Amino acid sequence: MRKQSRFILSVLAFGYAFLYLPLLSVIFYSFNDSRLATVWGGFSTRWYGELFRNEQILDATFLSFRIAATSATLATIFGTMAGLMLVRFGRFRGRTLFSGMITAPLVMPEVITGLSLLLLFVTFQQWFGWPGQRGFSTITIAHTTFSMAYVAVIVRSRLSQMDQSLEEAAMDLGCRPARVVFDITLPLIVPAMVSGWLLAFTLSLDDLVIASFVSGPGSNTLPMYIFSKVKLGVTPDVNALASLFILIVTVTLFTAWFLTNRRARKV
Amino acid sequence: MSSSRNPCFIRIRGVSKLFGDFVAIDDVSLDIAQGELFSILGGSGCGKTTLLRILAGFEQPTRGRVEIDGVDVTDIPAYDRPVNMMFQSYAIFPHMSVEKNISYGLRKDKVGSAEIAQRVDEVIELVQLGDFRKRDPDQLSGGQRQRVALARALIKRPKVLLLDEPLAALDKKLREHTQFELMNIQHELGITFVVVTHDQEEAMTLSTRIAVMNKGRLLQVGEPREIYEYPETRFVADFIGTINTFEGRVSSVDEQHIQVNCETAGGDLMAFNEHELKSGDKVCIAVRPEKIFISRDPPENSEDIRIRGTVDDLGYLGNLSLYRVRLESGKVILVSQQNRQRSAKRSIEWEEQIWVSWRPRSSIVLVN
Amino acid sequence: MASLIKKDTLWRHITVLVPYLWLLVFFLLPFGIILKISLAEPVLAQPPFSPTFDETGALSVNTDNFAFLFRDKLYALTYLKSVLMAAAATICCLLLGFPIAYGIARSDPRTRSLLLLLIVLPFWISFLLRVYAWMGLLGNYGVINNFLMWLGITAQPIQILYTDFAIFLGLAYSYLPFMILPLYATLERMDLDLVDAAMDLGASRTTAFWDITWPLARAGVIAGCMLVFIPAMGEYVIPYLLGGPDALLIGRVLFDEFYVNRDWPLASAVAIMLLVLLVVPIVVLQRNQARDEEQAI
Repeated sequence: MRKQSRFILSVLAFGYAFLYLPLLSVIFYSFNDSRLATVWGGFSTRWYGELFRNEQILDATFLSFRIAATSATLATIFGTMAGLMLVRFGRFRGRTLFSGMITAPLVMPEVITGLSLLLLFVTFQQWFGWPGQRGFSTITIAHTTFSMAYVAVIVRSRLSQMDQSLEEAAMDLGCRPARVVFDITLPLIVPAMVSGWLLAFTLSLDDLVIASFVSGPGSNTLPMYIFSKVKLGVTPDVNALASLFILIVTVTLFTAWFLTNRRARKV
Repeated sequence: MSSSRNPCFIRIRGVSKLFGDFVAIDDVSLDIAQGELFSILGGSGCGKTTLLRILAGFEQPTRGRVEIDGVDVTDIPAYDRPVNMMFQSYAIFPHMSVEKNISYGLRKDKVGSAEIAQRVDEVIELVQLGDFRKRDPDQLSGGQRQRVALARALIKRPKVLLLDEPLAALDKKLREHTQFELMNIQHELGITFVVVTHDQEEAMTLSTRIAVMNKGRLLQVGEPREIYEYPETRFVADFIGTINTFEGRVSSVDEQHIQVNCETAGGDLMAFNEHELKSGDKVCIAVRPEKIFISRDPPENSEDIRIRGTVDDLGYLGNLSLYRVRLESGKVILVSQQNRQRSAKRSIEWEEQIWVSWRPRSSIVLVN
Repeated sequence: MASLIKKDTLWRHITVLVPYLWLLVFFLLPFGIILKISLAEPVLAQPPFSPTFDETGALSVNTDNFAFLFRDKLYALTYLKSVLMAAAATICCLLLGFPIAYGIARSDPRTRSLLLLLIVLPFWISFLLRVYAWMGLLGNYGVINNFLMWLGITAQPIQILYTDFAIFLGLAYSYLPFMILPLYATLERMDLDLVDAAMDLGASRTTAFWDITWPLARAGVIAGCMLVFIPAMGEYVIPYLLGGPDALLIGRVLFDEFYVNRDWPLASAVAIMLLVLLVVPIVVLQRNQARDEEQAI
């Protein structure tokens, strides 16, 4: 291949160091025995043990996972529908408004989305008495709303790359349009839907600001719990939690990378 | 045009190029004369494009030197070489108009704007792009893009113009037309053209000489007729045109001729002894389809090679008829016959028993 | 036959209506409400704002909140500071991200996929935890200060955490991947022959970069800059965790107005103003994406 200039190579090295140094330092300090997170007090894994005995963390994690799984599933369904109608349905009334609404959440600052949804829920409560309590349902609705935009983008780009003659061939062979969607289109965009779901799941698990706005007292998601702890400074058990996150993500992504690479090489 | 043309205008000496362990070019030495229209022919991955890129200065050879017009250019970067290239993709800058594209090279050389304008006019005239000079590249057809690429490379008056698959992106009709245009422009300007192509027909019509490459090696260099009629290797014989081959061993040798015993031909085949072969040598006899005659009756000339066969398949192409003939040994050979007479009925039919014959002079002897 | 066709159109309608209604209710309607509340008066009640229609049924519009935002210097400074911070982070991301994206796009395919993976990987790790990681690096007895003191460059820890510089670092760090990915996408799509052609015609490596690579990467540069600038403007977590108590960026001010001062109408007005500020970059981004998609076809 073409040789890289020394300048590019050094910026690459610097860039990756910049991205990974903070993560490596967190992992390093997660094995610190000292309660003072910045003073090295010997090697220990005790903070990992404490994580699993901390019921607040476990509760918050459980709630976050429930919200993430529910909102990712809803977002995948709605986002796929949205992607389908944008690519395959041609012009319909209100298309411009719709495509604006589906892409806007991608660039909307979280504070605005969060505030506006909270005000909506408060208003609804005044009007209909629902939602009586803010928590699982309101956070799930909020997350579904912004995640479906991401799913729609992924599905849409997959659909527009897809050969439309596949669908036409199915219709030519006597398949009705609604069946075509289930027999041809959906199976072909399953990979896009899966990556959309995973992205939606991660976004939901990651979100602090919007969840803080729309949750009520007593329902703490994992990021909210972490935030309440780290507001006060570095703590060793959060180091351990962060390291676990990094480990899980790294292992998952590298496995996926390895598998796709192997498949690509076989072809 | 200068009468004393330098026969070693481009001098490639012992050039090899390795990408890691992969040998892209293996010890190639080659001379190209001034004013030639020289083609490098080979399949994909044979190293022809790498060789062109070494001439252009985009790749450094791992070993060996390159001289152009007496100057060793091996270590001179692409932008300082008296060489320009027409890319296979044409590489038209999409954000510049036709005119800006064409004048780019002169602008980089800080040529005065009056001279730029004059030379742009000249070259636009030469490639007949007058109406398109203000257009953006995405408004051009394939043929027009090809002309822009050509004009852009020619405007710097390079000593050598390199063309990477110049016609591959054009459709068949346009290709033929453009081919002759390229030859005319080359003839008019007298610039040395080095063309890389995988299309043997294109190489045959365009070139004064052809170099055939395979797996990074240079197999044969010669005029189109030489390459076609006197291929030196099995690969060259196969790659250029169609050919029928018979494997065998030399059974007897006299002053001029050899007899080669070929099982697939059902006996001995006679050929001229051009390679000083001895009895028992393994050789291959090759015959072009158009050198073979086909007839119902046994051919009269006893000197000729004569074999019996059956017509398996035939195809009428207008100017030619093609026959697939199954010999008694089971081997199938291809025969082509010119249709000299206008006639509605075919003389030879499917499944007919026929004779094929050719002159010993037509047998190509290939030594492996 | 007719019933089958009806079934098809029914499906179509469901596919259109469900996501459409969802977005109308949970995306568009909230903006109406925010606008409405920003025009209300704060009152001591639950919820703490005056109704849109007063007892007599007359429409009550109160533009004081917006007037206040313009009158009070603090808000103007906050907006200005947010813009400057976001712009500085964007420029830093561009300067760092362009060579990185270029390097990735020009590396051989196997290294390329690994390098890309390493760019995307931090994105899947919690944003909050990545910002948190910087607290450990930048603190008075954090990794960087310990290292500097060990080197003997400084005897006393330097205050880095809880400064504006820390916010800037945090923004640049968190949003760098958003710059690299669109840049990579355009650079990877670019025909390398173009650069070779420019060099063949007499341009040096540097000239070829400015003549060819840079103008052709424009769409990626715009997309990357907007994708960093827009979220950086409204950022809440980074100024809160890495900035000092007086690090007033819009996102944080909005949050505080709402939760600490419980002034809902003013918070809504702040949100509307933020949105107004972001309309230009958002429109630029969307136009750019649309044009880019057209060109890709």
